[in-house]
Amino acid sequence: MENRPLEYDYTVAKWFMWSTIILGIVGMTIGVFIAFELAFPSLNLVLGDGLAEYTNFSRLRPLHTDAVAFGFTVSGIFATWYYVGQRVLKVSMAESKFLMTLGKAHFILYILGVTAAVITLFMGYTSSKEYAEFEWPVDIAIVIVWVMWGMSIFGLIGIRREKSLYISVWYYIATFLGVAMLYLFNNMEIPTYFASGGHGDIMHSVSAYAGSNDALVQWWYGHNAVAFVFTVPIIAMIYYFLPKESGQAIYSYKLSLLSFWGLMFVYLWAGGHHLLFSTVPDWIQTMGSVFSIVLILPSWGSAINMLLTLKGEWQQVASSPLIKFLLLASTFYMFSTLEGPVQAVKSVNAIAHFTDWIPGHVHDGTLGWVGFMIIASLFHMAPRIFKRELYSKSLMTAQFWIQTLGIVFYFTSMWVGGITQGMMWRSHDEYGNLAYSFMDTVAVLHPYMILRGIGGALFLIGVFMWAYNIYKTMSARPIEESELQSATPMGA
Amino acid sequence: MFHWLEKNPFLFSVGVFLVIAFAGVVTLIPSFAEASRPVIGTTPYSTLELAGRHVYIKNSCNACHSQLVRPFKSETDRYGDYSLSGEYAYDRPFLWGSKRTGPDLMRVGNYRTTEWHENHMMDPEALVPGSIMPGYKWMFTNLADIDTAYAEQITVTDFFGVPYNKPVPMKDGSTKTIFMGSTVDEARADALAEAKLVAADMKNQDVKDMVEKGQIPEIVAIIAYMNSLK
Repeated sequence: MENRPLEYDYTVAKWFMWSTIILGIVGMTIGVFIAFELAFPSLNLVLGDGLAEYTNFSRLRPLHTDAVAFGFTVSGIFATWYYVGQRVLKVSMAESKFLMTLGKAHFILYILGVTAAVITLFMGYTSSKEYAEFEWPVDIAIVIVWVMWGMSIFGLIGIRREKSLYISVWYYIATFLGVAMLYLFNNMEIPTYFASGGHGDIMHSVSAYAGSNDALVQWWYGHNAVAFVFTVPIIAMIYYFLPKESGQAIYSYKLSLLSFWGLMFVYLWAGGHHLLFSTVPDWIQTMGSVFSIVLILPSWGSAINMLLTLKGEWQQVASSPLIKFLLLASTFYMFSTLEGPVQAVKSVNAIAHFTDWIPGHVHDGTLGWVGFMIIASLFHMAPRIFKRELYSKSLMTAQFWIQTLGIVFYFTSMWVGGITQGMMWRSHDEYGNLAYSFMDTVAVLHPYMILRGIGGALFLIGVFMWAYNIYKTMSARPIEESELQSATPMGA
Repeated sequence: MFHWLEKNPFLFSVGVFLVIAFAGVVTLIPSFAEASRPVIGTTPYSTLELAGRHVYIKNSCNACHSQLVRPFKSETDRYGDYSLSGEYAYDRPFLWGSKRTGPDLMRVGNYRTTEWHENHMMDPEALVPGSIMPGYKWMFTNLADIDTAYAEQITVTDFFGVPYNKPVPMKDGSTKTIFMGSTVDEARADALAEAKLVAADMKNQDVKDMVEKGQIPEIVAIIAYMNSLK
């Protein structure tokens, strides 16, 4: 027993893999659809007048953001945790009946929560707060699912063989703690049915905060949801999968230490940059701007650590499509963590805020960094979980280029469109009158909206190629070895 | 250097939590000590306006429309006076939005009429050529949820001391009292009386008939809400 490698149990990881893929397809399909609704408004009526309420842009938009954030991304986080956790802690889930049952229950409850979220959002139950739209019963379900994940993390840590926690585990722990704190405080709400003694809709609740305070809490949450869902756990992934895939050790332990603690401290201050020139206190806005600039340090620290991990092994970028995904993911991470601070500078924000440059920036991070990392992680995991060679390397390469092209379409169109719109809103003619009506600035965006839709569609095509590749891997003939010995699944 | 910490998951987690909670404590608590105070002239929402606000939220109008006028000449020229914190004192949740696919609505009540909204919500493109906003025809048949608005009024009065049925100071030195029913029937009657005033300015016969029968379609409530945004 002592001399054999551990056999890990990937049952729960496998389940979450499927929810990652399925919810990714659902969320991104809705995304592409609503992108085209902005270019061609008649699509709002695609299922006729009778169902227009449910195919309308405004009803679908929270479904898109929540499906990709809490569906695709959070599933990806769970899937990689149930894979990476066991391997870096050197303990199998099968060793603990409790953890195994907990993991399975975690998945089942998660799926029930997602179903409830989708149904209630379609029905129009929303708190209106971005990325926290769910009404209170769904919030409670989310808290339970999250606590179960926490028990799973600390349970596995409790029975670990490897005493030192690997860097990825730091980031998973931070994800758990950060999201727990943010979600609880931002969703403080009072169900009106109970508070009023049984009047009205049981689903309805009212925020515990009003006006500027509510905005402050929401963007403290909203910005840091980006931190603790779209950044921290994704860094956990790259710290595991890049060294594993490339066979290279992490370049610098000290740099990872600096980046981790720096990111933890700095990120939470930066939420104020969503509220520049609003009615929240000025010093909070200034802190938001300043800390956003400081945030470049820990962000680039991680990204540079990743790039330097490939030092001397750059030929792998040419030979392996998986390394391509990982490398471009960290490059997009650098790009969007530079773009964000630029937008947080007050004078830039005056132009950028409320324009398409903002969703453009979000998608640089979510498509290029989060999307690519989750895609790469599942590509790395699939051959090992199913104990089969990956179905097609060339399909994977094609997917990489199609999706990269899609992202480039997306951010260039949103960048140009957003700045154009921002400049038109603020321009005055020689007499000091507004130079453009609001409608002028809508009309000018039309070509950019089409390009953006095409960019999104290309990325979605790539997601279908990814799903197909993994499906074919799963259903292929098994290979003999219990564990792949080569560092890369591309060996064959 | 920190290896000892990485072998102790409990201390590590406590450390992480303290580091991430720090900024929240420093930035949020002082703002809460200074509770949101209404400016003179800001009143709580009437039952019908609140029901309309729920229609606004239900349809995520805030996904495309902001309610925040920034202190720039281009914005005050286009939308009116820049926003003050106290104007949002009764906004739970706040509806500033983060994207202007359509124009800001912070003071839409100053320059649009009931009739304009009625035509616009039915078919935006007919009124504003080139508009990419879809129609919201279902608001003409779906009924507004007055009971839930009333439940919210009770809740905010009990928990946050929102001054319903109390005189609120206005800009001209007078006071105004926003009514909240003491029973749900009173609240419904109050909302219906306000709905009749809105419907009187509308052209749609079906809507007028519904209000005459004592039913309040969503469109009436949301127009009452938008007219209150000044």
